[in-house]
Amino acid sequence: MQLELRENVSVLRVVMAPVSAVFASLLLASVLIIWAGEPVFASYLLLFKGAFGSMFALNETITRSIPLMLTGLAVAVAFRAKFYNIGAEGQLYCGALAVTYFGTGLINLPPILMIPMLIVLGALAGGAVLIVPVLLKTTLKVDEVVTTLLLNFVILLFVSFLIEGPWKDPMSMGWPQAAPVIDEGLLPAILAKGRLHYGLAIALVASVLIWALMRFTTWGYEIRAVGHNQDAARFAGINVKLTVIRTALISGGLAGLAGVSEVAGLKGYLTLDLSPGFGYTGIAVAMLAALHPLAIIPSALFLSAIYVGADSMSRGANIPTYIADVLVGLSVLCILVCMLLVRFRIRRSGVST
Amino acid sequence: MIDLFEIFMTAGFWAATIRIVSPLIFGTLGELICERAGVLNLGIEGIMTIGAMSGWMWVYQGGDLWTGIMFAAFVGALFGLIHSGFSVYLGVSQHVTGIGLTLFASSLSYFIFRMLLPSVTTPPKIVPFQVVDIPWLSDLPWLGEAFFHQTPLTWLAFLFVPLVWYVLFRTPVGLAVRMAGENPVAVEAQGINVLAIRTGAVMAGSALMAIGGAFITMSAFDAFFFGMINGRGWICVALVIFASWRPGKALLGAMLFAGLEAMQVRAQQQAGAFIPYQFFLMLPYVLSIVAMIIMARKALYPRALLVPFRRGERV
Repeated sequence: MQLELRENVSVLRVVMAPVSAVFASLLLASVLIIWAGEPVFASYLLLFKGAFGSMFALNETITRSIPLMLTGLAVAVAFRAKFYNIGAEGQLYCGALAVTYFGTGLINLPPILMIPMLIVLGALAGGAVLIVPVLLKTTLKVDEVVTTLLLNFVILLFVSFLIEGPWKDPMSMGWPQAAPVIDEGLLPAILAKGRLHYGLAIALVASVLIWALMRFTTWGYEIRAVGHNQDAARFAGINVKLTVIRTALISGGLAGLAGVSEVAGLKGYLTLDLSPGFGYTGIAVAMLAALHPLAIIPSALFLSAIYVGADSMSRGANIPTYIADVLVGLSVLCILVCMLLVRFRIRRSGVST
Repeated sequence: MIDLFEIFMTAGFWAATIRIVSPLIFGTLGELICERAGVLNLGIEGIMTIGAMSGWMWVYQGGDLWTGIMFAAFVGALFGLIHSGFSVYLGVSQHVTGIGLTLFASSLSYFIFRMLLPSVTTPPKIVPFQVVDIPWLSDLPWLGEAFFHQTPLTWLAFLFVPLVWYVLFRTPVGLAVRMAGENPVAVEAQGINVLAIRTGAVMAGSALMAIGGAFITMSAFDAFFFGMINGRGWICVALVIFASWRPGKALLGAMLFAGLEAMQVRAQQQAGAFIPYQFFLMLPYVLSIVAMIIMARKALYPRALLVPFRRGERV
């Protein structure tokens, strides 16, 4: 068997890739549901209802998709330039740290100034995390995968130190959490009921801006060129190092925004369980979206639905909630195969030229 | 203040170092074998997790300890096979394959654990590997307690260092593995199947990683917890780079690392009052990054690392 590059790839095929990857992962995970002794179709129906079945469920699904859109975008931008940023989790927490530092009383401005300021500071903090890994990569060729991964653990411990020590809220009844963000800094709720907040606007605007950046600007062109072929990009006169550094900072900034949105939008204060692995799930979001900034939106909504739905499925059926994480892992693997089948066709050996 | 020298001289410190280093040796050797064959295996964190779970579960369900280790290795090899199906046969991104495999393997471990033990309040325990004294040798002062008063699994780890070195550098199979990571076209020209060699190496390496994970639940502790591997897999990836892809140096690096970790625990007991514990816990991760920076200039990557091989394709 051999793989042969397809000459024309139709739009339909490109769209079919994530769809078939999703179905493949649902099919594979159904083995686990059968093992749990539950009916497969009814269980998935329960999951679907849990994610979209009521206004409350829909509200939760969209709310939960906000950080996933932002970490997904962060990963997508970086992976486009083949800069493997696996540190979105840590960058998210740094964005959250910035919001907590500046937003809990240090600065007091009217909301119209306060919120944009927190957004910018959070993005800067997220980007700052990547300065060391990206410079190590461009100057010493130190692998960014390992450095960004290891930094996640360092940052989480640092957050733990802050909220158990100097930043611990004396009013928190002994719980390790930071002081709440002042009212002027909070992102307002969108609906009267439910937890949906204007972090959604941040995520949607970011998706569109990143799409425009990648599609219409020189920066975007350079990022894509570097990702495709570094040597060719260098030959074409693109400053590869500068492009990689720029990409990394954008990526970190986007992940930092996820932290801003979670602290200033959802929770109101910083805790150690702010993110249940949004940074890692962001990788799956980006892959399912085929690294396309606009496709991030449905992709994040889908994975968020899996998590929200799995919670309610595990209440109705005897299936552990870890099924959601299994589905996320499986979808990353399945999309790899499906993307390959989009770009190549399989040909029996012997027929080749 | 912290008396580092005094810590350094105690036999307890060395015994702890040897204990901490064992899973790292398994993991680092496993990753080293994969990378020597040209495949970066970022599934390591997940493979260690599923190794830790499956070996422990085997014993908890009434199995024997050594067959439990073999079972963990088998499961690890199976996940290695999945990895190579993607990274070797399909030739898709090794980075994404590895991350995806880690997400899948660790969540699957937790799922299986919850399925088999639905509602346990206290984590169930097994009778783990017991410390064994080697006659005569364990009576040696200082060295005896540190090295010859350990579980058999620790000795197995140390045994694997020369074994992996011998196979990689002194046998035809090892030569084929290393060539597959340096110049796969030349290997193919010799009539050797590159894809099979790479697959074999990834499976063997993943089996070792899984044993490393199993060491943690079956020798270092007696229970399986969530998030138990806690980045040890990633540290092994850093250690391989630090070791310049050489088994002997891998042992040295891992020992250095484990020594600092053991030192850290003891220093924490002395200085915990005035330095928050989180900073001690950060040390292993920060040190791994520092180790990579130190070795960066000298790092001689296997030339075909990350490069998929497709038969009949010109390079």
